[in-house]
Parts: sequence; structure tokens; C-alpha cells
Amino acid sequence: MRFLSTSSEQQALMLKALGLHSVEDLLTSIPEAIRLRSPLDLPPALSEPELLARFGELEAGNAPGILSFLGAGVNQHFIPLVIDSLCTRGEFLTSYTPYQAEISQGTLQAVFEFQTFMCQLTGMEISNASMYDGSTALAEAVLMARRISRRRRILMARTVHPEYRAVVDTVTRHQDLTIQTVDHGGDGRLDPAELETHLGEDVAALVVQSPNFLGNLESLDILADRCRQLGALLVVNITELLSLGIVRSPGAAGADIVCGEAQSLGVSTGYGGPHVGFLATRKKFVRNLPGRLVGQTVDRHGQRGYVLTLATREQHIRREKATSNICTNQNLTALMVTLFCSLLGKTGIREMAIQNVAKVQYGLAALRKRGIEILFEGPRFNEFVLRLNRPYEEVAERFHAAGVVPGLPLGRYEPRLENALLVSITETKSRQDIDRLVGMVRAAA
Amino acid sequence: MKHDRTDRHVNLKEGLIFERSSAGRQGYDLPRLDVPQADLGAALGADNLREPIPGFPEVSEVDVVRHFTRLSSWNYSIDAGMYPLGSCTMKYNPRLNERVARMEGLATAHPLTPESLVQGSLEILGLLGDCLAEISGMDAVSLQPPAGASGELTGILMIRACLSSRGNPRRRVLIPDSAHGTNPASAVIAGYEVQSLKSDNRGCIDLNGLDRAMNDEVAALMLTNPNTLGIFEQDIVSIARIVHERGGLVYMDGANLNALMGITRPGNFGADVLHINLHKTFSTPHGGGGPGAGPVAVKRVLEPFLPAPTVERRDDGRYSLDHDRPRSIGRVKAFYGNFLTLVRALAYILANGAEGLKEASQVAILHANYIKHHLRDVYELPYDEPILHEVVFSSKRQTRNDITVMDLAKRLMDYGFHPPTVAFPLVVQGALMIEPTETESRQELDQFIQAMRCIAEEADTDPDLLRQAPHSTRVSRLDEVQAARRPVLRWLPDETGSRDP
Repeated sequence: MRFLSTSSEQQALMLKALGLHSVEDLLTSIPEAIRLRSPLDLPPALSEPELLARFGELEAGNAPGILSFLGAGVNQHFIPLVIDSLCTRGEFLTSYTPYQAEISQGTLQAVFEFQTFMCQLTGMEISNASMYDGSTALAEAVLMARRISRRRRILMARTVHPEYRAVVDTVTRHQDLTIQTVDHGGDGRLDPAELETHLGEDVAALVVQSPNFLGNLESLDILADRCRQLGALLVVNITELLSLGIVRSPGAAGADIVCGEAQSLGVSTGYGGPHVGFLATRKKFVRNLPGRLVGQTVDRHGQRGYVLTLATREQHIRREKATSNICTNQNLTALMVTLFCSLLGKTGIREMAIQNVAKVQYGLAALRKRGIEILFEGPRFNEFVLRLNRPYEEVAERFHAAGVVPGLPLGRYEPRLENALLVSITETKSRQDIDRLVGMVRAAA
Repeated sequence: MKHDRTDRHVNLKEGLIFERSSAGRQGYDLPRLDVPQADLGAALGADNLREPIPGFPEVSEVDVVRHFTRLSSWNYSIDAGMYPLGSCTMKYNPRLNERVARMEGLATAHPLTPESLVQGSLEILGLLGDCLAEISGMDAVSLQPPAGASGELTGILMIRACLSSRGNPRRRVLIPDSAHGTNPASAVIAGYEVQSLKSDNRGCIDLNGLDRAMNDEVAALMLTNPNTLGIFEQDIVSIARIVHERGGLVYMDGANLNALMGITRPGNFGADVLHINLHKTFSTPHGGGGPGAGPVAVKRVLEPFLPAPTVERRDDGRYSLDHDRPRSIGRVKAFYGNFLTLVRALAYILANGAEGLKEASQVAILHANYIKHHLRDVYELPYDEPILHEVVFSSKRQTRNDITVMDLAKRLMDYGFHPPTVAFPLVVQGALMIEPTETESRQELDQFIQAMRCIAEEADTDPDLLRQAPHSTRVSRLDEVQAARRPVLRWLPDETGSRDP
């Protein structure tokens, strides 16, 4: 086996040094009754060329060259190739968690830069070193709000990504809190009247997403004011982080916790992962923040350096009293985000965001002109909802045969959105692509 | 520009990317916009617009490549040398895994694509699930948990759901004192109290202690086997029987599965559910601390409670996602897991086959025993029991001169090795937990052994050398106390933030 470096001869010599004849002699602590008697029933071992061919077959099972307008929290954006080139350096790829700081300064400094980028984007004071993904980051944010406020009731906008809400339900089910869903109004944003019926001084946090699952931007300033009056925390979830290249930051609007998914910035869609979550907040909440944190310090000679810090919040020290069971961060994908932010920089992140707005506005205008119904008119970044005159299932074959996925059917998430499609148009789509979508939707509507 | 003779190589002085910034530089190119410019105020709402982000860097592509290449050179890595971190299984990460995870059709698939268009992705999930079930001896698998701790939470939530369906979720989870910190933390999030079980004088679960603790208030025993001392729980069959007879379930932490492949299976010795760290046993890269993947494998009794959706192979050979699982605990992550990590693990399993995996475990065990044999006369062995894939020494004999186990670890860096896991497991004072893995060569093991022996000697002859180690790294020992007392967690452009002191 090419991944092993001790030959059978070497193994025999090592056994001899131990005074043994066979590896079996090292397994005597495993009771005979539970030993495997036959080999594992697995596919036969493949050489490198065979394995590449096998994965070529598997890859071919995915339809190639699809023109897809899917977003919904997993966004298709340009990824500069320098990112992969640097992320595949073995020094980044094959290192472990930087517990030994003196030989992990590369990882630690890159995380410090990631934390800074997340603060700059969200307008918050501090950020952790990243989370598994957006959905688990939101669950952690809810638990964090529960700890800080010592209140039990969470208000959750229905326009938070449905899979995220499902994860929050699972993870927080036994944590002594209740979650109430707040509906959206006809403009696709949190309904202020409905919100008022739920608000009270026992509310731990209001959780909203912006841009929300329907593509609309929420009025964060107003929500933040209302929360402040009641002593509740405003948690803002973001699944399209590129929006903050042009949209005012939740921090500036008064959010207390900003969390979400950073996949948009340099991470491939990858059939859903690995992506990278983030969690940013105010400095005063640092002791309640879950996950790893990198801090700056000095070495014995006064040189600047970085270490994992404030670990007394974490499970390996606190065990059952930790702020979270989370152990790792999502370091390599966080590095991709750091690289993306570095490359795009101050002008690029803005320019890319503006391109998204322009493409969506072009698509919307063309659809409206052809009489397609657009639901929830309002401020939006790069997603919107349109309605067909029939269930998507009836026309799906026509789209798929042409290699087009026009959007995400919403009926499965919300019955009253039957026939509605959530459409994402990013800078990766050319004018011709958008025209093609518009033409096909017109023909299918 | 200042230069003097004490200035170090530029490679060692790299500042932060924000400090490299210079107005007007850019590291990207976007296609020219081929649609009309939008009225941003109208599209987004005039109040919603922001200015260019203060402090965001302006750097060229060359700047970025230089900056991060320099940073990378400050990292230790498996590619550079042996990384004997106990319980972390730092084995070689095959480049083939990286290649397949970058195949266009896999890397760019969108998770919400209609199933008929992503049969390849679904087949990969199905195949990996089948392989993991076979290797672990379990009946069904969920690939959704993105990490080991997430797998633990998933498993305990399933146990809770199962016991609740029988009428009583019970109150408590038993966890040996040698367990990973994530075990108790996960049990608490699932709504359980934790009771710690004291290990016996072999470092194993004390059958009498378990017998006393196991009653009808206990939902589960969470154990790691082989445990964090590298010792196989010889009484495992009796342990599982005690738990099962009194209505509890057995959770196994699969962190140490690298010792067992093709030799025995958790499903054969009483585990009802285990999580598997693909970034340990199945060679997916640690990436400086994630992403990993923590699939859970279960016995039939827990299958109805698996996270939704599950992947199903239909009679016509096509794959689909089953969202309609009324008894499921729900979702633990959006979508279907860290898919591209799963792809890498499948590549590793297919490259090895049954024989290759078994040999990997056997050689890992041989390597650990070889190290134990060659260091036991110098380092204290707190539990002198047969070990499998890792060995735990204590620094007791070396710490006489006011030297800590951390000093030993730091000194090892000067010899070119990553230190073992130190100060864990908690049952050993000054623990040095060494897991060499199967992918090292005998030469590398011998060099490591030599280094450890030299350091033991230095602890007697030149303790200061250890106390001030490391001496050969880019930075010397870092002040962790200052980092925690006055946290600087981000760069800021003014006085208040990060600055070169």
C-alpha cells in the first residue's frame, strides 16, 4: 500500500525488536469472541488510475453544464483560482488545530485576519474563528442569546432559511427555551403587527435573516430599536454574505449577534459542504461566545504573535459546563474566505456586490415586461420570488431537458407559496443566461 | 526605510494583510458588466447602502500569494513530518482525495438541485454510508453531522428520542473520566446530566463502579474504545450487557477507530450508535482545524430516529432523499453533511479496500507499541497495559526539576517534531499521549524516539534549555496569559487594535 512507509520486512524487524512474531500478538486484549473472522465486505482496492476512472463515472451521474439559478443559502459566485492554489499548500492543508502556537503561526495569523474580516463585514466588534456552517452557527447564536439574556422565549422569523430553523429546533430542543415563529407580511418581510403580538419583556431574542429566505432585506434599524426597548437581543442571520459589500452592516443597524454562512466568499457550493459559518457579536458578550478564538500576544522577546485564547469557555477545559460542545472551527474553508476578502479587497467586494444587484434588476425588469408575477416587491440583493401559473413539477422536465434549473420551488417549504420559485441571479450569469431564463419562464408560466 | 544588522529575513517579518494595503491596488478581475447599471438606492433602499468598508485591504494578487505563502511557512504539517498527536490520528492525507474532491461535477453541484440531476452525488453518499456501516458493523448511517462533536450530539439525541418513545428519556449519561471533553458537553446539550465514572487501576471502566451507577435513571454510557489511553476495554461485552439489561444504550465515541478496522467492529461488541471522525481514521485533511466530518452509524433500534433526510437506493438503482421520516430527531446541519469531505473519505476507502484498511490498523498498532517499547525505560508508564494504536506516558520522572510537561512538548519542536497531545487524558497527570499512525516510516519513528530520549536527558542536565524552548521556531514561547487578560481579537486601524508592539 503506497500510503504506508514500513515495508513487511521492516514490520518484521520491528516485531522482532518487541520480541514478537506477528501483529496478532499485539491484539490479545481484544477478546476472541468479538474478533472479525472474515475480511470486511468492501469493494476491491483501486489503484490511482482506476480510482480516478471510478470517480469519473460517479461525477458523470451529475448532469453536466447545468445553467442553475439556485441560491437559497448556497450561492454561486466567482472564485479566484489563487484561493485553491494557496489552500492546497500542505502547510495549510495538513496541519492540525493550532494548539502549539509556536509552530502554527501561519494558521493562527490567518484566523486573526478572518476574525477581522468578519468584524469589518458585519460591523461587529468581535468574531470567533468560524463555525461548522451557517445553520449550526445560528443554533449556537440562539443558545448564546439564551445564556446572555437568561430569558426563555425566542422569536424566529418564518423567513429565516427553513433548513436553518430545522437545525435550531433540533439542537436547542432540550435547552429550556421555546421558539415562536413570526410570519411575514405581503411585502415578504417580517410583519410588524404580527411581531408586536409576540413581543414582550420575556423575549430573549428576535432572530431574523437579511436578505431573508425570500430575498428581501429586513428593516434592521427598526427591529433593533424595538428589541432594545424590551431588553431583547437582535440576532441577524446572513446566508448571502456578499450582500454586505454594498448593504449597510447589521452592526451599524444595532444588531447584537450576527451569524451566518460565509460560503459566498470563495467557497464552492460542493453539494452543500463543507462551507463555513461565522458568529460575531459585541465585545461585552465575549465570555458567552462559543467556539475557538485567536488573540494577539507577544513572545518572550516581545515579538507579536497569535494564540488560541479564552479557552476557559470551551469543552476541553470546561467539559459539561462549556458554552458549547463545539470542538473545531472550519479552518480551511475560513482560510478560503480570508483569501477571497484579501483578493477582492475594498473595491472588489463592492464591485461584485453591485454586479449582483444589476443582474437581478435586469432579470426582474425583463420578467415583469413579459407579465411574470413577482411576489414580495421590496428592497432585495440577488434573489427574488416569481410565480408560475402551474406547479413547477408540471414543467420541470422541460427545464431539465434544456439543462436549466430556474430556481427553487417553494411549495414544499410553505404551502401558500405553491407554484412559486426562488430565483438567484449572481454575477456568474451573463445577460444571455438571464435572457434564456426569462424566455423559458415565459414559455412555462 | 530602515535596515540594520539585526533585521530578520523578510519572510519572518510578514505583518497582517491589512498592513500591506495600499490604495488603488487590486487582486481581482471581474468581467465587464453586460447589463445596465442598477439604481442602487431604488433596488436596495437608500437607507440600506453602505460606503466602501473601512480597513478592508487593497492588495494585488502577488501580494496575496506572497503573504499567505509566507504565513504557510510558519506552520508545521504532516507533509513536513511526524505529527504524533494522540487521539487525533494525524495520518498522511492522500493527494488523490484532493483531486477527486475538486472534480468539477462534484465540487460545483448545488445541494438543492433536483435529485434526477445529481445522481452521482447521491450515489457517493449511498456508497460511503454502506462502507461505513460495514466497517463499523452497524445497520444504518447518517452522513449529516459536520464534525465529531456534532456526531456525538446527534447520537445522544437519537438515544433520547428512542428512550422517549419507550416512555422515559431518563436523566443521566455515564461518561468515564478518561473521555474527551466533547462527550459531557454534548450530553448536556441533549438535556442530560453527566455522571463521571472513575477509571480502575488498569485505566479502564470499573465494572463494579458501572454496576453501581447503572440504574433506571441512566440513559446511556458514552465510551471510547480503545479508550484515550490506547487500551481496549477487555470487559466490553460485559459492560454493554450491564447497560442493555437495565434499559440503557451504549454510545461509542469513534475517535479511535483507527485501531480497529478489519480487526473487530463496534457493532459486534455492543455499541448501539457511534460517530466516526472521517478526518482521523479516513485521512481527510485537518486543514489547520476543520472541516471534518462526523457521520453516525446506528443499530436497527435507532434507525427510525436518524437525522432527515436519509439517502435511499431505490429498486431501479436510482438514489433519492427521504425527507418523510416522522420519528427523526430532525436536522443537525443544513443539507447533507460536509459533502466534499465525504468524497475524500470514500476515495480513501476505495483506494485501500478491506485488506488495506486492516493493514493500516495493524501497522498503526505496531508503531505505537514500538514507541512504547523504546521509551518505557525513560518515561513513566502510568498504566502498563497492552495498548493498541496510541500510548500515554507521564512526565513524572522529567518534571522533578520544576519542568512542566509543556516544556517537554516545546523542546520537541526544536528536534523537528510536532509534540504529542499533552495534559490529556485528565486521568494522567502530565500526560504525553502519542499516536504515531501507520503512515510513518521506521526511520521517522526512530528519530522521534531519539529526540524524546535526548529531551529526557536534557531535563536532568540542562533544565533551562527546556524551560525556554522552543529555540528554533519563528516566534519563541508565546504569552498566553496576556492574550487572555487583555484580549486583542482583531486588527484595527488605530491605537486600540492590533499593532506591532
